[in-house]
Amino acid sequence: MRKLLYSPKIAPYIFVLPFILTVLIFWVSPLYKAGVMSTQKIIPGSVENVGLANYDRLFGDRLFWVALRNSLTYMIGTLLILIPGPMLLAVLINSKLGSERLKAVFKSVMFIPALTSVVVAGIVFKLIFSESETALMNQIIGAFGLDPIKWLKTQAGGFFALYILAAWRWTGVNILYFLAGLQAIPNDYYEAASIDGASSWQKFWHVTVPSLKPTIVFVLTISVYGGLAMFLESYMLYGGNNSPQNIGLTIVGYLYRQGIERNDLGYASAVGVVLLLLVLAINIPQLIATGTFKKEQH
Amino acid sequence: MSQTLTPPKSAKRVMSNEGKAAKRRVRLNSWLMYIVMAVIGLIVLVPFWANFLATFQEGRMIITGGLNLGIDLAQASLDNWVMLFTDSGMYFTWFANSVFITVAQVIATLAVSAFVAYGFAMYEFRGKTALFIVVLLLMSVPFEMMMLPLYIQINDFGLQDTYTAIIIPFMANAVTILFFRQFLRGIPREIVEAGRIDGVSEFGIFFRLVFPLMKPAFGAMAILTGMMSWNNFLWPLLALRSSEKYTLPIGLNTLLTPYGNNYDLLLVGSFFSMIPIFILFLAFQRFFIEGMTAGAVKG
Repeated sequence: MRKLLYSPKIAPYIFVLPFILTVLIFWVSPLYKAGVMSTQKIIPGSVENVGLANYDRLFGDRLFWVALRNSLTYMIGTLLILIPGPMLLAVLINSKLGSERLKAVFKSVMFIPALTSVVVAGIVFKLIFSESETALMNQIIGAFGLDPIKWLKTQAGGFFALYILAAWRWTGVNILYFLAGLQAIPNDYYEAASIDGASSWQKFWHVTVPSLKPTIVFVLTISVYGGLAMFLESYMLYGGNNSPQNIGLTIVGYLYRQGIERNDLGYASAVGVVLLLLVLAINIPQLIATGTFKKEQH
Repeated sequence: MSQTLTPPKSAKRVMSNEGKAAKRRVRLNSWLMYIVMAVIGLIVLVPFWANFLATFQEGRMIITGGLNLGIDLAQASLDNWVMLFTDSGMYFTWFANSVFITVAQVIATLAVSAFVAYGFAMYEFRGKTALFIVVLLLMSVPFEMMMLPLYIQINDFGLQDTYTAIIIPFMANAVTILFFRQFLRGIPREIVEAGRIDGVSEFGIFFRLVFPLMKPAFGAMAILTGMMSWNNFLWPLLALRSSEKYTLPIGLNTLLTPYGNNYDLLLVGSFFSMIPIFILFLAFQRFFIEGMTAGAVKG
């Protein structure tokens, strides 16, 4: 016992033990089960091995492709919104301009939406984008002389609402990530660039952006994940998993529909496996290319 | 020496003129920045304000007419707030459940993740790299894809409809471990060595010497974990059965039925549900923003 407590050779294994156990019980085992279930037809009381039949069915399933397209569109849209904007705002905050205290207030205000639950945010945004002419978004476009729109009933309007909701909730969080990255850039880089006569804009492109690469990779990784796994935002805006002509249906929404609403666990698992492969296919090459794995070795 | 450093008089005057122009430009740019920030900041606050105004109006009217920034003061009343505190059904049961789960989750996650992160940060051991890659990979496994098998699993364990099922799977959280490890690498190893020389056990070093130093990192992660737990929806929705065990987001969502006459409670309840997490944020804000910037992706 004494040896166990005092040996620097054994101690690390005890420290990481809770992690290993959690991973095995709550991650590896369900993951494995999802893989197995995706090759089965599961009806309460009977399980039948069907090989790759679920995948076969999946690739011929029109609704699955609709869900896939929606998720990919949403992911790309949120990447375009949630990387450049927060990065520029972080550069502004990090600049020597203005009073630090006012900038701190701005930072906090931007962060507040991230504290709200998707349920509450969804209820509020649903009502802001409501089709009545007295709803805020319709009042705004009304001020420009436009007629009220049934925002959530069209593909473009629905996605617009989803993007606004995403921008609202996550801009402040990404600002913090970028600020952390900016503060790690040594000042010498900027001084050297100044001596070479670089303009502010050139400094931004040739010093700031390249130095922020690790942060950009990190934000990209979590945004790819978040974008592809989006479900609740759509669930809340449409008051359930059913949107008109499935305009808000996402991959996870389809998994939920098949697995929970229709109780077809085998088929839902196949949807889940495809989602996992998709996330990994996008994230792993990107993590390897940017050397994130290598860096963690020491 | 001093002579070579002092510029000729004429040059000095030119510079001070340039200095004035530069100062003016900086001031102008500062104001431009304030305007940009004020506009964006106000837009960000609009949904909260709209929700706040709605708490004084009739829920049914808001559900059909939508939210906006106007309020008819003649119609406004405190009825919804009175109802929230006197006749809101299970609202405060859900509220208490959410508080309990959040506090338990924060304590459990911080303790376990710090423990694990210490192992990664302070030791070299066989299999460390492989394990660490597991941490990184876990960050990109969508929870949603394994929620069905996990659900079956907690049923097998007999944990359905318990808070244990909600809290335990997320105790050793990959993001939190990564964050703490990053933070711990900044702590001088001499502390550990000194502890060993003084005959403190490996775990004594962690609990008595290092743990207290981790306060800023705890502040940041307490907010992050707390906010995720307070707002968690999908997993508790699957794992919990009985409505007296519901958390606040699940409970609020049940009020959103097409036939319901609960809309008054829905709007005031939604607004009120945001208050605790705001208080937590304001209380730990300093830690939070400092901690995030200190521990985040510096590589």
